[in-house]
Amino acid sequence: MNDEIRSLIGKHCKLPTDVATLSETADLYAAGLSSFASVQLMLALEDRYDIEFPEAMLNRKTFSSIGSIAAALRQIVPTGAAA
Amino acid sequence: MLDQSKSPVGDAAQLDFLNALFDKGILVDTGVDGLYGRSGEFEDVLNRFDALVTKHGAADKAEAMRFPPAMSRKTFETSGYLKSFPQLAGTVHSFCGNDHDHTTLLERVATGEDWTKDQQATNVVLTPAACYPLYPVIAKRGPLPVEGRLFDLQSYCFRHEPSQDPARMQLFRMREYVRAGTQEQVLAFRESWLERGQKLMRSLGVPLEIDIANDPFFGRAGRMMKAGQREQGLKFELLIPITSTEKPTACLSFNYHQDHFGQTWGIETADGAVAHTACVGFGLERVTLALFKHHGLDLAKWPKAVTQELWG
Repeated sequence: MNDEIRSLIGKHCKLPTDVATLSETADLYAAGLSSFASVQLMLALEDRYDIEFPEAMLNRKTFSSIGSIAAALRQIVPTGAAA
Repeated sequence: MLDQSKSPVGDAAQLDFLNALFDKGILVDTGVDGLYGRSGEFEDVLNRFDALVTKHGAADKAEAMRFPPAMSRKTFETSGYLKSFPQLAGTVHSFCGNDHDHTTLLERVATGEDWTKDQQATNVVLTPAACYPLYPVIAKRGPLPVEGRLFDLQSYCFRHEPSQDPARMQLFRMREYVRAGTQEQVLAFRESWLERGQKLMRSLGVPLEIDIANDPFFGRAGRMMKAGQREQGLKFELLIPITSTEKPTACLSFNYHQDHFGQTWGIETADGAVAHTACVGFGLERVTLALFKHHGLDLAKWPKAVTQELWG
């Protein structure tokens, strides 16, 4: 799942940092993730996993690292759906 | 920008105040919510307040610029406004047909059919916030000088949000100071106006509070933008109760855009970094309404200290 998230970040977020070098806990905002890009990432994740993030998860914290995104996805993606 | 998203229609207190303003002739009904004429007295107060803002900001020697209340559609598209506030935008459309189309147009008007569907978009969009036409102008001048730049703007602005709250007009004037420079420069500017704004409004005898705020970003994506804006303390508002003490009205706003406009428009600092920007906005109609609310609809009975401050 982390690789999938990493690839979506690479595609949608135009970070000045190489996505491959980002650890699971690296702060994406510190790596250059803008508010607009985090919204694009949120929408791309929803498309990819055919889910809708609940309102309580629509905040900076959820999208602050690859690990926190994966944790959020594990809560809402039906088991077995995450490739 | 001031957040005008709250309370889409007027409640009883808002309607009472609106009707009182109509009865006194301070505002003039046009048949459209949020679109009003203003009396000479209203304009006098508004202009004196505008001049008082100039006085409080004079030491900074801002470069003044005035744009009409509409802007280039291309600039508007590039600005990203549609990403964040599609629901508030107003675009200008015109008839671009021939004689035959003109006949069709008139027939539709006469029969009450929808005549607007064949109108064509022009290159003009109504200005949503006074600073939107400015950013490409700054970028065009090349890298900022070491001390950055400071601009003084005022414009009628349009937001499509019809309401019977007199403090939520569809067309209203916004005075702004806009700072472009390094992060330190623009944050120092915002900090100084947070102080000056409170001092200025206190001198006019109105109750006020400062609170953290967010812009009315649209939709689910907007929820994230709002949360992000609040978590990072990017927007503060100076609130004055007008028709409600529980939900006071944002009359001034203090906004740090980070490098959003710098990135969007390619504005650079003297050393080639992406510039940061910040602005302080004054809702001129809202401040004027706050003054009428707190000092009464009869200008002759306003406290001397307040009229002295405004008229000198």
